[in-house]
Amino acid sequence: MSEKNNPAKTVETPENSDVSRRELFKKTAIAGTIAAAGAVSTTIAASNVESGGLSDALDEFFQKHYQEMSKEEMQKAIARLERKAKEKHGKEIHIGNTPPLEGVLFGYALNISKCKGYRKCVDACVAENNQNRDTTIQYIRVLELENESMNFEEADHYYDRETVPHTGKKYFPIQCQQCENPPCVTACPVEATWKEADGITVIDYNWCIGCRYCAAACPYWARKFNWSEPSIPEEKINPETHYLSNRPRMRGVMEKCTFCLQRTRKGKLPACLEACPTGARVFGNILDPKSEIRYVLENKKVFRLKEELNTEPKFWYYSD
Amino acid sequence: MEFIRFCFDGVKEIFRGGKLYWSWMGVLAVVALFGASAYLQQLQQGLVVTGMSDQVSWGIYIASFTSLVGIAAAAIMLIIPAYIFHDMDIKEIVIPAEGLAIAACVMSMMFVLIDLGRPDRMWHLLPYIGRFNFPKSMLAWDVLVLNVYLFLTMIISVYLLFSKYKGKEPKFSIYFPLVILSIFSALSIHTVTAFLFSSNVARSFWHTGLLAPRFIASAFSAGPAFFLLTALVMRYTKVFPVKEIAIKRLTTIITIALEINLFLLLAEVFTEFYHQTEHSASAAYLFFGLGGKTALVPWIWSSVFLNISALVIFVLPLKKNTIFLALACLFLVVGVWIEKGMGLVVPGFIPTPLGEVYEYTPTFIEVQISMGVWAIGLMLYTILAKISIAVNLERIRLT
Repeated sequence: MSEKNNPAKTVETPENSDVSRRELFKKTAIAGTIAAAGAVSTTIAASNVESGGLSDALDEFFQKHYQEMSKEEMQKAIARLERKAKEKHGKEIHIGNTPPLEGVLFGYALNISKCKGYRKCVDACVAENNQNRDTTIQYIRVLELENESMNFEEADHYYDRETVPHTGKKYFPIQCQQCENPPCVTACPVEATWKEADGITVIDYNWCIGCRYCAAACPYWARKFNWSEPSIPEEKINPETHYLSNRPRMRGVMEKCTFCLQRTRKGKLPACLEACPTGARVFGNILDPKSEIRYVLENKKVFRLKEELNTEPKFWYYSD
Repeated sequence: MEFIRFCFDGVKEIFRGGKLYWSWMGVLAVVALFGASAYLQQLQQGLVVTGMSDQVSWGIYIASFTSLVGIAAAAIMLIIPAYIFHDMDIKEIVIPAEGLAIAACVMSMMFVLIDLGRPDRMWHLLPYIGRFNFPKSMLAWDVLVLNVYLFLTMIISVYLLFSKYKGKEPKFSIYFPLVILSIFSALSIHTVTAFLFSSNVARSFWHTGLLAPRFIASAFSAGPAFFLLTALVMRYTKVFPVKEIAIKRLTTIITIALEINLFLLLAEVFTEFYHQTEHSASAAYLFFGLGGKTALVPWIWSSVFLNISALVIFVLPLKKNTIFLALACLFLVVGVWIEKGMGLVVPGFIPTPLGEVYEYTPTFIEVQISMGVWAIGLMLYTILAKISIAVNLERIRLT
């Protein structure tokens, strides 16, 4: 791996002076923005029908970028988001904010000779990450390919999972590749998406303006948009969430796979890995020489998707 | 003080007009309201009311945005002859053309706005107040250059009109630097819009260095064609006596740009199809359909037909006939709108980076909202052209 993987380099630390300057600008701008707030109040009103609180609506409107909030602001924002999530989904939801672990860079490897196309990973992902059940937002797409072909254009995206594995076919699951050079991050005009120190590209759902330029930029079709207001049956809600990953989303913003950082930052494994019935998936810290992922990278014939695009994925494929 | 009177006279001019003017504005207002009501529905339910999907995540809004940026940029094809080469015949019509540039700029911004999932968070785009990803994001560049261009065009138009209003010659030392700046920023708005697409390695259909030159060439044919069309209307309705020589000049500009555009398009098509690789799948889908899916095929072939018909009229003496000339302009505007919109933005998404062929057709609501934006833009253009004509004909001036 190159020096680009140095976690220290990927942490964004805006200078203090810059922050206070921004603060000043923001305060003076508030008056002007009030008018804009009036103009868009229909949108806000529409998304706040349940809570009805004007102060909540204003707090949400003026909520700062994730990386610019102070500890207190963060706590207040999380408290409000938890309260609103409860009103909307009828369930107590915990929004965590565990930071990236020191000296950790997450990597994923997938053994395509083991994958049989059951799509259990997809189900587990949807359940874990609170995806909208009305539309079909899924972070993992499993392609069914001819055994001898790697041409995605001939792949079947909608094969019958009840009868797999089909003879003469292979299965190829694709999700966010957590690029070291993520084109989506470069594309975003408002820095609503960025790469964390542990190598995971995340989205601040409260900062995204929903322009979908990142979706156009992603070579792996990993970014999904909330075309409508997400709805999840109460009993299906996963209450253990993280601000940057599986907390309930709102209409009009992007979302994506985060390697389940709400779990993996606490030492657990991603939901897709735990659900895989064939043990095709290997996850871990690629900076740890003793990790299983490192063993795979060093001893298997691994390859990466669309390497020619210089995206440097941290997702590897291999076969026995 | 003089300037306040100028503004006051200008506003007064908006409210002066015959039956034709008021019925035109009335129809546009109805269409605009029709669009606004559809937009309200989109705000309430989300972009799910459109035909867009995760597979094809940009549709007719961004398509319209892309072509309108071209129309906006094309005003410099009149500014250059008028203010660099001092062509007096073009000079007469340059300010209405600037009005078109302003209206097209505003429309293109509106198309981006209505495409946003969270328009309430627009302020995140403001430098310092929000977080503007400049210079990395090409979209940030586009926001910047569009605003600069709009601002420059407004300043220049107001200055030139105000001078005329006072009965004075505009000062070279004031307008010339502004004109030079606006020429560069006009080129940059369309170049940056092309880069917005061509910078995406994920979409091989867009990822070509020819995209920016193609954008410029098509803009410099369709933009003046749009303006010529309105100039012919102005002449026909006796609103403004556009001179034959000015029309001839515009026709020459349009013809040359159209020929270059078609040549570039042909070069692109050749490269895509000579060896059909995986990267030409989008082009194959666009022109012939893929896997039995052919939604864009009628679009692109109409565009080809319209472009070629326009070219035929423009190179033949047929263009001396006003009706044919107007028809050619209309063909060209629609042809380029399709070529750069439905023929460029949409096929970039098909097949997806994972090879899925998933089609896009705009919904009625999308069309309704788009028509609303066009109506607002045309109202703005009408108003700006009306004021500038009134000043030009010295119907309003400082007394």
